[in-house]
Amino acid sequence: MSETARVSLTLNGEPRTVEIGAGRTLLDTLRWELDLTGTKECCAAGECGACTVYLDGEAVNSCLVLAAEADGREVTTIEGLGSGGRLSRLQEAFLETGAIQCGFCIPGMVVAADALLRETPRPTLDEVLQGLSGNLCRCGGYTRICAAVLRAAGAADVTG
Amino acid sequence: MAPRRGDSRADSRADLAATVGRPPAASAGTVVGRSLPRREGPAKLTGAARYTDDLIVPGAWFGFTLRSTEAHARLLGLELDPAFDWSRVVVVTAAEIPGENVVHLMADDQPALVADVIRHVAEPVALVAAADPATARAARDAIRLRTEPLPAILDPLASERAFARYEIGRGDVEAGLAAADLVVEGTYRVGYQEQLYLEPQAMIAVPGEDRGVTVHGSLQCPYYVHAALARALGLAGEQVVVIQEETGGGFGGKEEYPSMLAIHASLLALRAGRPVRIVYDRHEDVAATTKRHPAVVTHRTGVTRDGRLVAQDVDVVMDAGAYATLSPVVLSRGAIHAAGPYACPNVRIRARTMATNTPPNGAFRGFGAPQTEFAAETQVNRVAEALGVSPLELRRRWAYRPGDVTPTGQVLRESVGAGVVLERVAEAADYEPVRARTAEARMARATRPAGARTDRLDGRTAHGIGLALAWHGAGFTGAGERFLASVAGVERSADGQVLVYTDSTEIGQGARTVLSQLVAEALGVPAEAVEVAPGDTSVVPNSGPTVASRTTMVVGGLLIRAAERLRADVEARTGAPFATSYRTDAAQAGRVRFDEQFEGYPGIVWDDATHRGDAYPAYSWAAAVAEVDVDLDTGEVRVGSVVAADEIGRVVNPVLAAGQVEGGTLQAVGYATIEELQARDGRYLNDRLATYLVPTAVDAPRIEAILLEEPFAGAPHRAKGLGELPMDVGAPAVIDAIHDATGAWIAELPATPERVLAALEAREGRR
Ligand code: FES
Ligand code: FES
Repeated sequence: MSETARVSLTLNGEPRTVEIGAGRTLLDTLRWELDLTGTKECCAAGECGACTVYLDGEAVNSCLVLAAEADGREVTTIEGLGSGGRLSRLQEAFLETGAIQCGFCIPGMVVAADALLRETPRPTLDEVLQGLSGNLCRCGGYTRICAAVLRAAGAADVTG
Repeated sequence: MAPRRGDSRADSRADLAATVGRPPAASAGTVVGRSLPRREGPAKLTGAARYTDDLIVPGAWFGFTLRSTEAHARLLGLELDPAFDWSRVVVVTAAEIPGENVVHLMADDQPALVADVIRHVAEPVALVAAADPATARAARDAIRLRTEPLPAILDPLASERAFARYEIGRGDVEAGLAAADLVVEGTYRVGYQEQLYLEPQAMIAVPGEDRGVTVHGSLQCPYYVHAALARALGLAGEQVVVIQEETGGGFGGKEEYPSMLAIHASLLALRAGRPVRIVYDRHEDVAATTKRHPAVVTHRTGVTRDGRLVAQDVDVVMDAGAYATLSPVVLSRGAIHAAGPYACPNVRIRARTMATNTPPNGAFRGFGAPQTEFAAETQVNRVAEALGVSPLELRRRWAYRPGDVTPTGQVLRESVGAGVVLERVAEAADYEPVRARTAEARMARATRPAGARTDRLDGRTAHGIGLALAWHGAGFTGAGERFLASVAGVERSADGQVLVYTDSTEIGQGARTVLSQLVAEALGVPAEAVEVAPGDTSVVPNSGPTVASRTTMVVGGLLIRAAERLRADVEARTGAPFATSYRTDAAQAGRVRFDEQFEGYPGIVWDDATHRGDAYPAYSWAAAVAEVDVDLDTGEVRVGSVVAADEIGRVVNPVLAAGQVEGGTLQAVGYATIEELQARDGRYLNDRLATYLVPTAVDAPRIEAILLEEPFAGAPHRAKGLGELPMDVGAPAVIDAIHDATGAWIAELPATPERVLAALEAREGRR
C-alpha cells in the first residue's frame, strides 16, 4: 500500500477520523472506510451527480474531491438529511410526486435539490432545471423531480 | 370504438403545480387505480436501500476482467509477466471452467471466456481477483494476450451469416405495388443506443458448501442467471442461489448480461474460496455490455390516389454482433411490428439479423420495435406528404380497428386503442391548429428573398410539430409465454401475513408496488397488508423474466388468480370476508399458499415455424405529438414538448404509469436527437459518460402523459403492458416535427446537427 494520510472531519454532525491511502476520493472514503453507502458511484468522473454530498455546506461531486481535502471540514451525506429517522419536507415531496424510480440517482439528486433550495428558497421552474442539470436521472422525465422541489419550496401548494 | 372505462391525465411541467401528486381520476377499485406511493421509496430517499455494491461482505476479493482488443483473432495463449507476484491473486481462464464454457441463453454460442477465437473487441478472456482492487488491476495488466489476427466483418450488410431470418406476410405484395397509383420508397437507419442505467453492472458471488454458490446482483431475471450459472459451473439447480438486490435501472441491459457477470464472479469465488465482487466502472460498462441493435430498414409503400393503403414491402436488417444472445427474438418482435399499426391487404416483411465482429447487441426497452417503428412511422409521414394529406388524417383512415388483420394473420378482436390514442393526443396537443401555423411560417420563410433572411434574427429558428403512432405486443412473442409456463403464488403465513411470491423484479418500474396493489384488491385488503417476498431463487418461483412489458399483465394475472383461490379457501373455512378473518384463521389453519401456473390466453394460436397466428395476446397503443425548434444555422434541434397518449388496458397505479411514459419518452427523445455511439474497427469510440450524452434536466422537453384504458378481457384485471411502449413512438414524432419545421426528412437516427444541416442543404440544393 502507498502512503496513508489521516483525515479528521465532521460527518453528519459527528467527528470522525480515518486513515486512508493518499489519493483516495471522498466518495470511496465514505463508501469503503466509513460504511456510508447511501452516496452512489455511477461515473466517477464528475458527469452524473450521483455522488453529490455537502462539503462545508456546498454541494460537490464527491468522486472529484480527495478525502484529504475534507480534512477539518464538514461533510453531510444523504444519511445526514432528515431528522430523527423522519423524512425531510423535500424527501416527502419526492415520495408524493412519484419522483423516484430505480432510486440510484436519488441520494445525489436530493442533496443537490436541498442545496438548491438553501440557495434559492423560492426557485422558478427554470432555476430548478438549471440547478439540477448536473444530476442525471435515466428513469424519469425530470418532471416529477422538479415538481418535488417546487412543492418542497411551497411553490405548489397542492391538496390531495 | 369501445367505450372508455376511464382515463387519467398526468402532469406536464406547465401545470405541474396543479396536477403532480393528485390522484388522477381512474377506473374504480379500492386499491387498483390509485397512485399509492412506491413501496421502497423511503429507503431509496434516505440512502438505506442496498444496491449490490453497497453490500458489505467481509473478506470479499475484487474481480476484474481481461478483455480482447481485437475484433477477430485466434487466441494463441496468455503470457503471465514473471516479474509479477502471482501468489497474491487468482486467475481464471477458459480451461478452468468446471461446466460448459457457455453463457446459456438461446443458441448457447457465447463463451463465458474466450477459449480459442476472439470474436469481438472487449470480449472477456481471463479473470483475476485479489484482496484489493489495485493489486487485481495490476495483475490483469500483467497478462498479455498472444493472438493472430483474423479478417473481421464489421458491416451487417456485408455479413453472410444470419442468426435468424423471418418472412411474414399476407396477400400479394408485388401485385399490390403494381396496382398502386403511387409507390413511396424509403431507407432508414438507426444506430446503437446504450441503456445507461445509472447503476453499473454489479455482482457478488459467495461460495457455499458442496461447491455451490450464491450470487447477489443487479439484475432483471433471477432465473436466467440461475440457469446460466448451473450450466457453466456444472452444478445442480439446488446448489445455485440467485438474489436480486435493489437494482438501479435495467431497461433490458440487465436482462441477459448479468448471467455473464454472475458466471465470472462465481468462477473467481470458487477458485479463491472466498466471496468475490465484480462491479464495472462506467467505462467498462459502456465498452463491454449490450446495446440496442443498429438496423437498416427499407420500405416500399403502395397507395391509391385517394389515399388507400394497398401494399407494404418492408426489409429489416439488424446487426446482432458476434453472438446470437437474444437477437432472434429481438428481430422477431421488430419484424412483427415493422409495418406499423395499419390495416393493409398486401404485406411482406423480410427480416434478418446478421453476425458481425462487434460486441453482441441485446435487450433494450422496446426490443427491436423502436427501430422498425421509427422507420414505419417516418414512412407513413412521408406518404402523407406525398399525398398532400395531414399525417393525422391518414392515420385515422389506416389505423387498426377491431376486426382488422395483422401481417401475421392475427384478427384484432378487442382492446384496440389506436383510434383513441390518436384522437386524445391530437386534441391535447392542439395538433392541427399548431400544424396550420407552422405551415404558414414555413411558407413565409420559403417565399422571403434569400438575402433578407439573415436580417431577421427570429427567422433562423424554425418551429415544427410531429405525430407518430405505435403498437406494442405485451408479453413474450408467439408461443413464448406457454413455454415459460410462469409460476407465481400468494401465501397467508402462519403468523397472519399476506406474502406475494414471484421472481418478477423491481427495477424502478414499480413492480413491487403494482403487484401488491393487484393482490390487495383481489383479497379485499389494504395494499399495506401485502408483503412481497425477496427476489431470491431459493424462496420465490420462476415467474419468467422481468422483460417484454409482461409483469403487470402476465404475472399480475397469475397473482390475482392465486389470491382469489386463497381468499375462497379462507372464506370457506371462516364464513367471513377474507379481510376480517384471515388473521384469526391463521391460528387454526396455519400457512396456506396457492401457486398459479400460466396456461395460455384463450383463443391465442401461434405457429413458430411459419411466424403466423396470434403474435401477442394483446397490444398496447401509443401516440405522441412532439414540438421542436430547429436552429437553421447550426442544425441543432430542441425538443420543447411531447404529449404522449398511452392505452394500456387498465391503469393500476396512475403516477407510476405516468412515470414510465415520461421516462420512456425522454429515452426516445435522446434516441432521436443526441444519443449516438460511434464505432470504428469494432470498438466504441465514445464509451464514457462525458462523451455518450443522455438528456439532462435542461434538455428534457415538457412531457405530458395521458393514460387511457381499453380493457383486455383476457387478463383478470384487464391490464396490458406499458414499460416499452413509450420508447416506440417518441423518436418518429420528433423526426416528423423536424420535417414540419424545415421540410427536410432525417432518415438516420439520431438527428445530430450535422445530419440536420446535411438534410437542409440537400433540400435547398433540390430547389
Ligand atoms: S459518480 Fe461522481 S459525478 Fe458521477
Ligand atoms: S430514478 Fe433511476 S436514475 Fe433516477
